[in-house]
Amino acid sequence: MLLEAPFTEEKIRALKVGDQVEITGLVFTGRDAFHKYLHDGGKPPVDLKNSIVYHCGPVVVKEGGKWVVKAAGPTTSIREEPYQGPLMEQYGIRAVIGKGGMGPKTLEYCRKVGGVYFHAIGGAAQVLAERVVAVEGVHLAEKFGAPEAVWEFRVDRFPVVVTMDSHGGSLHEKVLAESEANFRKLVD
Amino acid sequence: MEAKVLQKHLLELIRRTSAELPSDVVESVDRGWRREKKDSTGKYALKVIRDNIVMAKDKSQPLCQDTGTIICYADLPAWCDERTFRKAYEWAVVKATKVGYLRQNSVDSITGVNSGTNLGPGNPGYHFHPAQGKSLKVRMMLKGGGSENMSVQYALPHNGLGAGRDLEGVRRVLLDAVLQAQGKGCGPGILGVCIGGDRGTGYAAAKEELFRLLTDENEDPRLRKLEKRIMKEANGLEIGPMGFGGKTTILGAKIGHRNRVPASFFVTVAYMCWAFRRNGFVLSEGGRISRWLYDS
Ligand code: SF4
Repeated sequence: MLLEAPFTEEKIRALKVGDQVEITGLVFTGRDAFHKYLHDGGKPPVDLKNSIVYHCGPVVVKEGGKWVVKAAGPTTSIREEPYQGPLMEQYGIRAVIGKGGMGPKTLEYCRKVGGVYFHAIGGAAQVLAERVVAVEGVHLAEKFGAPEAVWEFRVDRFPVVVTMDSHGGSLHEKVLAESEANFRKLVD
Repeated sequence: MEAKVLQKHLLELIRRTSAELPSDVVESVDRGWRREKKDSTGKYALKVIRDNIVMAKDKSQPLCQDTGTIICYADLPAWCDERTFRKAYEWAVVKATKVGYLRQNSVDSITGVNSGTNLGPGNPGYHFHPAQGKSLKVRMMLKGGGSENMSVQYALPHNGLGAGRDLEGVRRVLLDAVLQAQGKGCGPGILGVCIGGDRGTGYAAAKEELFRLLTDENEDPRLRKLEKRIMKEANGLEIGPMGFGGKTTILGAKIGHRNRVPASFFVTVAYMCWAFRRNGFVLSEGGRISRWLYDS
């Protein structure tokens, strides 16, 4: 299914674990340095209300005066677990894209504020880079370096899967529980 | 042979390894994709992965932005000494980094500073052996950090898992390794395994198992049986591609062994991600590549 900007609470609350979603609109990259910066009281360089934050350290180069994205796969999200939920609440971040899923704290905030976790396909650097159709800005690049900077990516049908929704559902918890049960059957 | 010729071949080896998956891996991903249920998230993940494999090859760009740790084995004949090889190899790595076949992936562990060239203490890694014949044989692997974080070493007996010092114990810890990894190592994964050895040689040998073809069969009938069983049972855990659930949890289990001291019994698992990048060539003294070790 297609999810188009603006990313309102209503649209996000309608999503359920397992939904295969293609995102069209603006997303902001942000990883460790950015989350830590916000957590420590830094001012957001962009309006985060109803935004999607992408855990990604892209490879972006300038070609003919224009930014071109060479690789844009997700990075591991769990490192932001202490910060993510509170930042979603404080700034109105509506959704997160990453890989590997996040923990119970973020899940609880997703329920509370109406947020979701989108899982991108780890390692699919080329497919994902191609879905970034324009780079509309970059912030905090001097401070954090290019991979940790906040890039404004205009994406078109960016493929993700909802693995944590705003109703307390987590595909990660479900798969873990089921695979543990399968494991017990094999070894007990 | 001129140094330039070896440099050029090594650069092409890096490019191929980074951008093109060998056909045994591609076919295995395809089989997994066909097996997954229609409209499932697991099938969707494999579809994106398949598209990515095709696109990386077409564009001659890295399959994954994490081009990983460079692992290289060279069997050196009399006409190529270690110094000559190392110089050409390092040149090729620096060049490949400049043109984007490799990401800047070598970070000083004390200062956190990235060398920017992929050179530094221990980087790029290599293992040299004397060649049997007159040709130079080079094998290369790029191992991503996310998958390496899921690699693990068990000391048997392991009480929690009820794993003793026998093949049944090995089976238990291997299934546990897959369970613990869930989707975090960018599965479907491949297990390179070493039974025995010490803590150091165990990891080296486990990684070397990953050079085997996914389609080959272990020469040791006991290990052949174990590999088949692990494939079936690990996939039966239903962790699925990316940990989304489904039947394709691993694409292969390759198990080797080393002797051990009586006091220790290690089982080492090198977890590899779907971006299973490896290749190599055989080069004659005249500077001609007689064969690529994996077709892509
Ligand atoms: S684990 Fe493999 S596929 Fe995933 S990001 Fe790392 S190198 Fe890429």
